[in-house]
Amino acid sequence: MGLYLRPATLEVALDALHARALTIVAGGTDFYPARVGKPLTDDVLDIRGIEGLRGIRERATDFRIGATTTWTDIVDGALPPLFDGLKLAAREIGGVQIQNAGTICGNICNASPAADGVPALLALDAAVELCSAAGMEIVPLAEFVLGNRRTRRQPHQLVTAVIVPKPTGRTAGHFLKLGARRYLVISIVMAAATIEVDASGGIVQARVAVGACSPVARRLPALEAALRGAKADGTLGSVATAAHLDVLAPIDDVRGNAEYRVDAALVVVRRLLDELGSRL
Amino acid sequence: MNDLAAIVSFTVNGKEVAVTSPAIARLADVLRDELHLTGTKIGCNAGDCGACTVLIDGRQVCACLTPVGQVAGRIVTTVEGLEREGVLAPIQRAFHKHMGAQCGICTPGMLMAAADLLARTPRPDEAQVLDALGGVLCRCTGYRKIVEAVLDAANDVPLQPLPAMGGALGARAPKWDGIAKLTGRDRFGADDIPADALWLRVVRSPHARATFTTGDLDAVRRAHPGLARILTARDVPSNGYGIYPDVKDQPVLADGVVRYRGEAVLALVGERATVEAITDDTLPIRYTPEAPVVGLDAAMQPGAPLVQSAKPGNLLIEGRVRTGDTAAALASCAAVAEGTFETSFVEHAYIEPEAGYARRAGERIEIHVTTQTPYMDRDEVAIVMQLRPDQIRIVPTACGGGFGGKLDLSVQPLVALAAWLLDRPVACVYTRPESMMATTKRHPARIAARFGADTSGLLQAVEVDALVNTGAYASWGPTVANRVPVHAMGPYFVPHVHARGRAILTNEPVAGAFRGFGVPQAAIAHEAMMDDLAEQLRIDRLEFRRRNALRVGHVTATGQKLEASCGLVACLDALEPHWRDAHAAAERFNAADGRSRRGVGIGCMWYGIGNTAMSNPSNMRVGIARDATITFYNGCADIGQGTNTTMLQVLSDAVGLPMDRFRTIMGDTDLTLDAGKSSASRQAFVSGKAAELAGKALRARVLEAAGATEPAKIVIANAQLSVEDARGTHSIDLASLTPDERGDVLVGIGRFDPPTTKLDADGQGVPYATYGFAAQIAEVEVDLQLGTTRVLRIVAAHDVGRALNPQQVEGQIHGGIAQGLGLALMEEYLAGKTENLHDYLIPSIGDIPPIETILIEEREPLGPGGAKGVGEPALIPTPPAILGAIRHATGVRVTFVPVLPHRLRAALQLQNNSQAHA
Repeated sequence: MGLYLRPATLEVALDALHARALTIVAGGTDFYPARVGKPLTDDVLDIRGIEGLRGIRERATDFRIGATTTWTDIVDGALPPLFDGLKLAAREIGGVQIQNAGTICGNICNASPAADGVPALLALDAAVELCSAAGMEIVPLAEFVLGNRRTRRQPHQLVTAVIVPKPTGRTAGHFLKLGARRYLVISIVMAAATIEVDASGGIVQARVAVGACSPVARRLPALEAALRGAKADGTLGSVATAAHLDVLAPIDDVRGNAEYRVDAALVVVRRLLDELGSRL
Repeated sequence: MNDLAAIVSFTVNGKEVAVTSPAIARLADVLRDELHLTGTKIGCNAGDCGACTVLIDGRQVCACLTPVGQVAGRIVTTVEGLEREGVLAPIQRAFHKHMGAQCGICTPGMLMAAADLLARTPRPDEAQVLDALGGVLCRCTGYRKIVEAVLDAANDVPLQPLPAMGGALGARAPKWDGIAKLTGRDRFGADDIPADALWLRVVRSPHARATFTTGDLDAVRRAHPGLARILTARDVPSNGYGIYPDVKDQPVLADGVVRYRGEAVLALVGERATVEAITDDTLPIRYTPEAPVVGLDAAMQPGAPLVQSAKPGNLLIEGRVRTGDTAAALASCAAVAEGTFETSFVEHAYIEPEAGYARRAGERIEIHVTTQTPYMDRDEVAIVMQLRPDQIRIVPTACGGGFGGKLDLSVQPLVALAAWLLDRPVACVYTRPESMMATTKRHPARIAARFGADTSGLLQAVEVDALVNTGAYASWGPTVANRVPVHAMGPYFVPHVHARGRAILTNEPVAGAFRGFGVPQAAIAHEAMMDDLAEQLRIDRLEFRRRNALRVGHVTATGQKLEASCGLVACLDALEPHWRDAHAAAERFNAADGRSRRGVGIGCMWYGIGNTAMSNPSNMRVGIARDATITFYNGCADIGQGTNTTMLQVLSDAVGLPMDRFRTIMGDTDLTLDAGKSSASRQAFVSGKAAELAGKALRARVLEAAGATEPAKIVIANAQLSVEDARGTHSIDLASLTPDERGDVLVGIGRFDPPTTKLDADGQGVPYATYGFAAQIAEVEVDLQLGTTRVLRIVAAHDVGRALNPQQVEGQIHGGIAQGLGLALMEEYLAGKTENLHDYLIPSIGDIPPIETILIEEREPLGPGGAKGVGEPALIPTPPAILGAIRHATGVRVTFVPVLPHRLRAALQLQNNSQAHA
């Protein structure tokens, strides 16, 4: 049995991380499953008790989602349509039990290729706030997650928040997930989009991301470019083509093969855009 | 800041507690081990099953994922906290009424998830119920009755009473042990382990095929003071077990050779913390891996390495049924269909992992264990330990699901051996990955079939060649190899049959018993053949089946004349209006020409009740003690299917006393009689009959002792037994009678062995005394672009002879359908890849459609009140009905299950391409 530190303040937590290697636990929903039948020997920093680390705060130009904000906090939060995709993703993460415990930053730091929160956050152009005793840095999410179970977080750093910039115009988000059963399912493919339109419904900006089809969820820049200027309506999905998905690099696994994933990703992206387009 | 010595204080069920477990300890472990609140169950320790769901500050969470340090100062509510001053909460009463619990292992989690929902949303709609309970898996109920219960909770239903005397058999009696399951008081395999028990952890092979040697194990023991002993193959007195008396091929601990990944190599016995802390890679075991034999083709290749040296060609066993001349008959058929169908390893995925403990008492061993078969456990442990069976006592705990997977030994011989050698109680609880990797699976099958019919649509000939992958050891492979040929033609009259079943050994998981013993696999093939022929002959699929259905008076392919209780035609008649409506609904939907298409399918089955072509008696005992307490010594293991209730219903009517008069002892081999295994859908029929006979015998004994004659009424009042008949009241002086070793003075014993005969070399004989029949309709919607299948509705018609308890029969049917849906659409066990409940998928609450059940009761004269079994028949028609519906929707004839989305999508594309080129 290792150390168990449960600081009440960020300062103490960062000092502890500075002093020694610690496994960070927030909701515990990834920590324990990785240790089934194994002894709990890690030196642990439990960040759940840190004041001010949980909750969503609207600021002048962005929203700051604290590290230990749970998926249920996001589902229940009074948030603009921008966050509709993130809310839908939140409702697909495990069962309600997991949503009540699991945190947004845990989902990011666990860096699973099938993390349901990541495509939605990529589509929100989110950035990660990293703190250490030495200071703070903000890293775009796309640069933070490096690969399967790998992030840019250094051992002495703590992810303290996710920052979501405010759009200037009318914006909405959406999320779709494909799995082999209804609940408690790891995605075969999932996709998220955020679209900003002008007064006449023309797309000013679009961000689309696909998960479970590459080691890290990927934005689709070619599709995003093709969407700019298009009219947001219920046929928006027809803009998407197979070539737009060339950045994906899916694998074969127990849930589906690579060939299927590519096909399914296009179907899911088109439906996502159709549905989002019809709502805007 | 806290450290590991800190005491964590919080509130549990309204009480302040302070615990000394380390703060990183899982809340689930602390609740169970330190606070003795064992109502919270552990199914996976990974947040995949939700069995450990509790409320923290009113919100549902998995206690297995919560560091106890995080609940400091917070309010925790467990299932034990739902009752208020001894009165069940409305949600518990609703579960009791609707039979929301079968085995009960997921029930606490379901209840807590529901409690969270109902506190926020007192009158939820169905979608809200599904969302709220979506994080809890159930393997027994098919979820529908749970949903009904939650929707009914707001109505504050009264506590469901037991049925009135004389009307127990056939009543929708609530579960006899239902309240124990709804309050967390029922004790499962891991719930009653003595505080002083040593812990046993099995070290398992990471290789599917290897030889191995062990180094200095004494040094390991010396290095770990908490380690009491390391068991090896040399410690096992007779190191082989197996289902059949002449096939004891599976070692308790491998002796230098491992034949599948997960095989037991060593057992570490000692303090729990010690054995859990020793990691496998620090142990001196040197494996020399060899290329494993994987799959039927590799195993059957000439010159393939042998899995077991005594089994040439890796052939374990062959069974056959042959009658008539199929070649000649097929040549003259107007329509002939053929095809080959493959299925995968399927995991039982009961939510309770294997668990139990043993203690030595002098020259005897007592084993408390979750099991489907206390008497076979007793005899098998006796062989392994080289003791007499009467030196072994099996005390079954509540069983958190079995489905065939708890028929084979798991922890029993290991804890028995360790307790015997160390003279200390020794416990073992499998982890979820261990349960999945080490225990048996459903046999993957490859079934080649050829069916022929004449111009009038009557089947003439059937040829079936079934290969099943039985894995590394025999287990129930012989049963499957024999059951498949008998059932291979389906529930139809066929004059010419040649069916063969072969079980092939591989270096894969041991395939054993799983709800249906190969018949579900065979049914996928025979029902596809029936659809093919109906299509060729342009006959409606239901009508084609009805034309060929077995009827009373028919002679089966084994030469058995069916004397009674063949209700398939009645099932099909009952389904027909639903069949027409479903077709009309599908046509309407498809006319919209969307990206999805709907289809309707039908599956039929028959299933021989009880063991195949062998004696399988049940014995039951009931006794009255001097103080007029009446005890039912019920040798059936209730594994959730409800024999604790149904046996009592039968007995109650037979004796003529109300159900609540009886005290029940379940399965204890020192006190009950051998009622055989809870398998082969035999308990309602075989043990039910034995219970009826025992009840009648006791009644006769009581009347005789009273000098009374029928019609009579037995009365127990104020510890006095009396009988009222036409001549008046006769009291019995119980104190004057001599008690037996159980303390009973009046005893009734019943025995029933269904009449069967051995099968000859051509499979001719009477393999079963009776058969269950069923037909189910599935309506599905297939997403043509994604290859996903949603089952929209199932209508299930089952001839059960007589429903001993219609609510329980419905529960069995619902649960069987859920497992059949999983088999068809999502379940595929891959060793090393899906050894957990997030990579291995079983249906969740959102996957099971509305189910309509239709009970057909064509009385079986041999059964209690006319009953026969339903446990396995429930599952068998579902996969073919779903696959038939997919075919109806899309034209794709599925030949491999599970039909995961990528497989169906590939098949759809193949079909599109070939149509484009045609």
